[in-house]
Amino acid sequence: MSSPNSAYPDIPEATKPKRHEWPLWEVFIRGQHGMSHRHVGSLHAPDAEMAVKNARDVYTRRNEGVSIWVVEARHIAASSPSDKGPLYEPSESKVYRHPTFFDIPDEVGAM
Amino acid sequence: MYAQMIKSEASREDPEKLAAFQARIDAGDKIEPKDWMPLGYRKTLIRQIGQHAHSEIVGQLPEGNWITRAPTLERKAILLAKVQDEAGHGLYLYCAAETLGVTRDELTEMLLDGRMKYSSIFNYPTLTWADMGAVGWLVDGAAIMNQVPLQRTSFGPYSRAMIRICKEESFHQRQGYDIMMKMAAGTPAQKKMAQDALNRFWYPSLMMFGPSDKESVHSEQSMAWKIKMNTNDELRQKFVDQTVPQAHYLGLTVPDEHLKLDEETGHYAFSQPDWSEFFDVLKGNGPCNRERLAARNKAWDDGKWVRDGLLAHADKKAARKVAAE
Repeated sequence: MSSPNSAYPDIPEATKPKRHEWPLWEVFIRGQHGMSHRHVGSLHAPDAEMAVKNARDVYTRRNEGVSIWVVEARHIAASSPSDKGPLYEPSESKVYRHPTFFDIPDEVGAM
Repeated sequence: MYAQMIKSEASREDPEKLAAFQARIDAGDKIEPKDWMPLGYRKTLIRQIGQHAHSEIVGQLPEGNWITRAPTLERKAILLAKVQDEAGHGLYLYCAAETLGVTRDELTEMLLDGRMKYSSIFNYPTLTWADMGAVGWLVDGAAIMNQVPLQRTSFGPYSRAMIRICKEESFHQRQGYDIMMKMAAGTPAQKKMAQDALNRFWYPSLMMFGPSDKESVHSEQSMAWKIKMNTNDELRQKFVDQTVPQAHYLGLTVPDEHLKLDEETGHYAFSQPDWSEFFDVLKGNGPCNRERLAARNKAWDDGKWVRDGLLAHADKKAARKVAAE
């Protein structure tokens, strides 16, 4: 990602005040039905405890979840968009990994 | 519509890259923050999502005005929940804008010093309780009209924020209409109050969609990028067609003597709002512009010790943890 500067060049560097922004946290919530935690969004908070409190206030206002995970965004390692080809192409040619690849006669019954 | 008059930025990048980018959008791909994107796309989106976020935050003020004076405890709880939702909507949108490389503080500062705008609608005062009905019904109704198609926008984080927001927005409009139904079926004085609220909010609501942009190059570019899904006129027409029968149901009169249903097309013909008033409000001369910005600035300044204090506490805790290890 490019720096804030290149994204918003209208702001002259000299007028940028010193920042004391709270760090960014990514929020994951487990829904009601025993599913995995799922990414729902992000928020700013000074520490993990406040991040959980804020996540509860913003992301579970309508019984959306029974468990919250928060992780500071800078700790997430991610694949890069340019790796898309090399990372995922190898599985495209391996159709036999899917059950539908195999024809099982009807007489055999459910399988 | 919470984002008005968004100018799109021209892009001077490699034509091959631009064409590949456009092809992805045309194919219905979602653009994610780490993907390559034209600078113009990035800048236009920061402006649009930022303005949308600011509108959610400033939009809390006209309704917050009535929380302590709601007529019943139930109405108070409902209004409070709605205003809290708006804070959440602002947060979702700020986070989406931040993925484009602008910081939260930068966005806040640009709102507070007037470099970024919020929707013109929030510069009108809420004078009576019926205005809470009119705001939910008309203002949130107009916002939904704009936000539902934006769920399909090309930028992933914006699209996901819109999906969350739309889920909650329907509650906002229905609670507003519920207030209007109660008022319109009440005493003559209450019905008069409901009519007065409709009279005052009708044209400002039509302005929310922005002036006609059929010929606008900005609009054309934004539509090609799928960060704008419909023209302003299309959305305004849809809003009028949907809202007029709702006003009739209430037994209220839309304040437009030229309003007429075209039986053939099924669309209403209606009067345009006073666009000179719209531009004047955007310039900062609406009834409440100064008050709104002053309130946001005061909240930011008054909250500084809380932000600093929590950060100092977090730093201290972290330092202690390091010392203990």
